[in-house]
Formats: sequence, structure tokens, C-alpha cells
Amino acid sequence: MRERKNNELRKIEMKVQVIPNADGSAYVSFGNTKVIAAVFGPRELPKFLQEDKKATIRVRYNMAAFSTDTRKNPGPDRRSIEISKVLKDAIENSIFVEDYPRSTIDCYAEVISSDGSTRVTALNALSLSLAMAGISMKDLIVACTAGKYNGELIVDLDQEEDNNGEADVSIGILPNKNEVVLLQMDGLLSKDEFLKLVEMLKDSCKKIYEEQVKAIKNYFENV
Amino acid sequence: MQLKGKIVLPGEKIEIKDKRFTYEENGNIYSKVIALIEEKENKKKIVPLNGRYIPKVGDKVVGIVKEIESSGWFVDINTYNLAFLPLGEALQEFIDIFRTDISKYFNIGDIILAKVINVIKNKIIHLSLKEKGLRKLNQGFIIKVSPYKVPRIIGKKSSMLNLIKQKTNCEIIVGQNGYIWIKGENIGKVIEVIKTIERYSYVSGLTEKIQKML
Repeated sequence: MRERKNNELRKIEMKVQVIPNADGSAYVSFGNTKVIAAVFGPRELPKFLQEDKKATIRVRYNMAAFSTDTRKNPGPDRRSIEISKVLKDAIENSIFVEDYPRSTIDCYAEVISSDGSTRVTALNALSLSLAMAGISMKDLIVACTAGKYNGELIVDLDQEEDNNGEADVSIGILPNKNEVVLLQMDGLLSKDEFLKLVEMLKDSCKKIYEEQVKAIKNYFENV
Repeated sequence: MQLKGKIVLPGEKIEIKDKRFTYEENGNIYSKVIALIEEKENKKKIVPLNGRYIPKVGDKVVGIVKEIESSGWFVDINTYNLAFLPLGEALQEFIDIFRTDISKYFNIGDIILAKVINVIKNKIIHLSLKEKGLRKLNQGFIIKVSPYKVPRIIGKKSSMLNLIKQKTNCEIIVGQNGYIWIKGENIGKVIEVIKTIERYSYVSGLTEKIQKML
């Protein structure tokens, strides 16, 4: 059973520059969902992959074999390829790709512990990593999930609520621009319910944005 | 600790305009990167806190030779592409490229101090050695720092660099691209000092800290 309030988020933890080899990296956890992300670049790309006027973005979302309760077969599967693609689209629309022609920005998101909402946690971690790598961005990307569970509208789903709920929505926004870069929905919702969920998500995103800002400022202020 | 200015994040509204680090939308100016707004003598300046080196014409850079071509060398200057050093810009005398082994001038792994003379479409970067002081750097050691910390390592009118040189008796050359070449006996000390500057570069009271270290 859900112990939180309907619009309450799980405990959020964010930390930047956790991987010294990467240009930018971050660790983000929402309750038991834990993701490490790293960004390399802009760096050189083989000639046949180069694009003349913009940077090529490559995203790899991966779940560790030990991240779920039953062992997950390692390696890319249909689901992780799809999530990599939606994350790539979200990132491509929030950074200035035309600033880095003919080069690549490689983004990696590794889910080390999974308890629902992994794609939005990965997007939050990637947003922090991109900012820490010094890549020109329109805005930080803030993402969150919401859904319907036992007839009630709730935000920040965990695994049980995701599996047994009636519907779930993932959203990724640019908070200062009021733009949506990721929006996915699964299940059945009426129009009113959907609009209400989006309103709830906007409030939660504000809280997550504050956490992101805090994580970055913490790194620079507490040397 | 006390920072030298205010931190801005991507997407935050600011007042200063700088084509490289800000963008304009609906008449407002926003930051593109994590940066520090520094205020000096009523003049505001935006200084990014991290990122890769973006080559600029006129920059003096330290590079490592990576490839030899028939008409020049490809040099790693810590950016998203290898830079090209043409034969004509590297040597004073005329040589016949069909009959000479040009690796005797610069070989793979050699360190050079060069100047960026041309950047085409952010892709092709040309280097030159035709200026006083530009040369091959013999022996020595290279370390890498963030290119945005380079002004701090050099200091006002190279005061910081002179201080380190004086106290450690090392030869130090700082490239604008973040590669630093060091030669001498006290290399360990120099690296320690430079890493400290890099970590604490945006905190006030840096010079005193370094003076104490040395």
C-alpha cells in the first residue's frame, strides 16, 4: 500500500561529478530507483557518422542484471532500445546541437537499482551530467511520472504502482521555458484525469528542479 | 566558502550578453551553461565553470603530435578534433617532401607550442609555429586542466605563474587549451599547486592560499 500522500515524492538524492573520467556525471535516486549517468563530449566521431550542421547525440540506457528482483538478462533489449530513443529525442530538443557540428555527445545512463520510474530518473541524471559537462543547454531537463492507482491520481510511481496501476504518464519538461520534451502515456485515462495529472506533475517538477539546482550549487559552493 | 560571484544555471535569465555562453529568446537573455557572474569595476562578466576547449584564432596552445601525413602533422590540442600543422607553417627552410622523412622534425608523441591560425566551421583547425617562442618542447611533462581555469593559473599579468616558477624553479608553459607543460625538478609540487588552483579557482582568497602552500 502507498504510504505517501498522493502528490508526495519519494526521497530524492542527487550528487554530481561522481565519475572522474567523464566530462560530466551524476547520481540520482528516487527512493529505491538509483541511476548513474555520465556524459562524454563533444568528441570526435567516425567520418561516416558525422552530421554537417549538428552534433550527433548517442544515448545508452541500460539496466544492470542485478537491478530488479528477478535477474534481468544483460545487454540491450527491445525496451531499453526504445527508452534510449525517447531519451535521445528529449536531450536533442533541449541542447544546442548546432553548436557542435560534426562531433558527438555520448550519454550513458545505468540503472543500478530499479523500483519504477527509471526513465525519468535517468533523464534527471542525464540533465545534471550534461550541465556539468559544460554543454550548451536551453534549460535543465526535469522529469517525473504520475498515474492512476486504485482509482486515485498519484505522482512518482514505484514498481508496484506501475505494475498494478490503471495508467501511467511520464513527462519531461524545461521548467524555465515551459516546454515539454518527453511525454508518454500507458493505460486508460479520461481527458479530465489526464489534465489533472499534468497539473500535479508541474508541481512535482518544480520540487525536482529545486533539488537539481541544489545539487549543482552544492558542488561548487562546498569545495 | 565565499564564491567570487553568483552561480547561474542553464536557462536562467541574466543581463549580460555573450554569444558563446548565452542565447536570446523573446527579447530576454538566458545562460547556456553553468557559469559564474563576476562583477569587476561595475562591469559584469560571465565565466563558465566547466566545458571543453573551443579553439579560437590567435590562441597559443600546447599540443601532442598524433599522426604524420605527407604534408604535415595532426596534433591533439584537447578539443573535439585533431588540429593540422602544415609543413609550410612548421619549418623555416624549404624541403622536398618526396625525398625527406619529415618525422625527423616532429615525431609522434612530440610536444609542441603552437598558435591557432584558422578554424573552419568548427571542424578544421590549422596551427602555425611561425612566431617568436613557438617551438618543439623537449622532454618535460604534460598535465591536463579545464581550459576555463587557465586564466586563474596564469593570474593577473601572469603573477600567479611567475610566483610558481620562482618558488619551484620549474619551467612551465600554459596552453590556452588546458594542457600545461612542466620541466624541472619539482614537478610533483607544481602539479599539486595547479590542481589546488583548479579546485579552488572560483573561491576568493586564492593567492594567499597558494602562497602558503609554496
